[in-house]
Amino acid sequence: MFELVIPPAFVMLIGAFLVAVSRPGLRPVIALATPLVTLWAIWQVPDGVQLTATFLGYEVQVVEGGAARRLFATVFAMMGFGGVLFAFRQAKWYELAAAMGYASGAIGVSFAGDLIVMFLFWELMALFSVVVVWCGGTFGSKRAGIRYIIMHLLGGIILKVGIEGIMIHTGSVEIRALALDNFDTWLVFIGILVNAAAPPVSAWLADAYPESSPTGSVFLSAFTTKTAVLALMLLFPGQPLLIWIGLWMIFYGIIYALLENDIRRILSYSIINQVGFMVVAVGIGTELALNGAAAHAFAHIFYKALLFMSAGAVIYQTGKHKCSELGGLFRTMPLTTVCGTIGALAISAFPLTSGFISKSLTVSAAAEMHMTWVWYLMVAASAGVFLHAGIKFPWYVFFQKDSGLRPKDPPWNMQAAMVLFSVVCIGLGVFPELLYGLLPYPVAYEPYTAEHVVTQTQLLLFAGLAFFVMLPFMKRTLTVSLDLDWFWRVGWVRLFRAFEALMNGLREGVGGFVQGLLRRFSAELMRHHGAQGVLARAWPVGSMLLWVALLLAVFMILRYFPGV
Amino acid sequence: MSQHDDKHDHWLVRPSTVRWLWRIFGVVLGLTVAAQLFIDVHGHFGADGWLGFNAAYGFLTCVAMVLFAKVLGWLVKRPEHYYRDLEK
Repeated sequence: MFELVIPPAFVMLIGAFLVAVSRPGLRPVIALATPLVTLWAIWQVPDGVQLTATFLGYEVQVVEGGAARRLFATVFAMMGFGGVLFAFRQAKWYELAAAMGYASGAIGVSFAGDLIVMFLFWELMALFSVVVVWCGGTFGSKRAGIRYIIMHLLGGIILKVGIEGIMIHTGSVEIRALALDNFDTWLVFIGILVNAAAPPVSAWLADAYPESSPTGSVFLSAFTTKTAVLALMLLFPGQPLLIWIGLWMIFYGIIYALLENDIRRILSYSIINQVGFMVVAVGIGTELALNGAAAHAFAHIFYKALLFMSAGAVIYQTGKHKCSELGGLFRTMPLTTVCGTIGALAISAFPLTSGFISKSLTVSAAAEMHMTWVWYLMVAASAGVFLHAGIKFPWYVFFQKDSGLRPKDPPWNMQAAMVLFSVVCIGLGVFPELLYGLLPYPVAYEPYTAEHVVTQTQLLLFAGLAFFVMLPFMKRTLTVSLDLDWFWRVGWVRLFRAFEALMNGLREGVGGFVQGLLRRFSAELMRHHGAQGVLARAWPVGSMLLWVALLLAVFMILRYFPGV
Repeated sequence: MSQHDDKHDHWLVRPSTVRWLWRIFGVVLGLTVAAQLFIDVHGHFGADGWLGFNAAYGFLTCVAMVLFAKVLGWLVKRPEHYYRDLEK
């Protein structure tokens, strides 16, 4: 039987277009309805390749269903709805449209049946997301957006060259597990890792996201890195290198978040930390681990968006974004405080929150595979998550000292979005089967054992104790932290300047030498041919006649010698 | 803090409340460790099954991370407008 499958990404994209061109009165209706219609379309896609098309002479698979794909697309669409609800009364129409276009790119990647379609939607994400960064509207966001798009276009080119290599060498662009045994697959691997904010380019994320508008960062937090996780799941499951890359990301995120003063930059580093957990899970690659990666991505999108919403609400209401300027807001922003704290507890994986039921899948997968070091590091990192995001964020924003600021809770739509996502964070924690039912592999895992609850609570509460004991060491400073991006923001500029100076020196040196030569040449010329030069002097006619007579005389004398 | 502040500030941040919060926190911390006496924690690798392992491990690793961040901070922290000033 033939069934019509509507590509869900196109539904979202058309919605984004309609938002851009519709009358202001109609805009909220379209913006809120589009993600819901997209969600419906996502659940109409059965497993397997559903829609093909011809593109540049290739038969491409526009839509391919599957459990993991559906899970990611679902959370992207739900995120689209929550983000629009949070933003639709405050954000500019072009930010809203761009954010929806961005979401459509993420959904398109989720259902991409082959590498060509994946690449096209991948670039769509890059283009729309940079518009969202630029909607920050400041000089800083303009500059950060330029750095952001350069990074993503470069990553895109690497990915494209890899895909073309695979196309030429194997003749197939199917999305399937690839081995890192040739140049082409390495390029695809690197191209995807750029979007996952893996080292050494992790800095793009914490550079760009905090520069966007209070509403824009909510969208930015969700899509790019998580589509990269899905791409890794589909293309490189069980690649051991990913375990070490992921562990690096986990600890990089924690340490840099501890150093940071900007509230959204703390949350941005925390994204890298959380994506690190997912990357480790993909690297472990067992069914339990891949379930863990998918579950964690799903749960993470909600609590991280919730955290960014609470941060956005604070910035929207106060215009301030530094820990050192905030504090004590719980007095007048009770709802934002509660919702932000729920997000913080969820990211820390406290029992009864979504993080608890998702992160434990990954940690258990490491234990099951007897990866002792990986397990110990991940448990330490779990404590570290509570430290850098779970307490640090709410503490410095809502509690600590009284900043004297008395802002109200944000407008109703922002509150509604925060409450909605808080309910999701707790709902998934209380009813884990809601999420487990969507996972790509059957789940035989019980998160709520007495042992697990006790050990996790112990770990987190003592991490909390460490936070308060170490508070004097975490005094906020008005600083930025250098990262490897120093090399392309400053280092290479300096290198270029040095090269420029060298070349200038050379030019001046060589120029001076040549000029000297020319000057001497012209001086010589003047000496001989100049007005006073010996060859240009005015000679009397008499002397000429004398010389002619002399020459004739010599000629005549010589003529008398025979043989001349 | 003066008598005046104590009365007018929000009840949650009064020193008396904070003292109570610390006491309650201490009791809860003790309870989470004591719970292990009644609940059998197997552990996957040996050490992680010890009494209070997660408490000690969580506390010490966090202290270590804060200290490491502090040391790294001396190396990588720059004034806020570092990049902007360089562009001038």
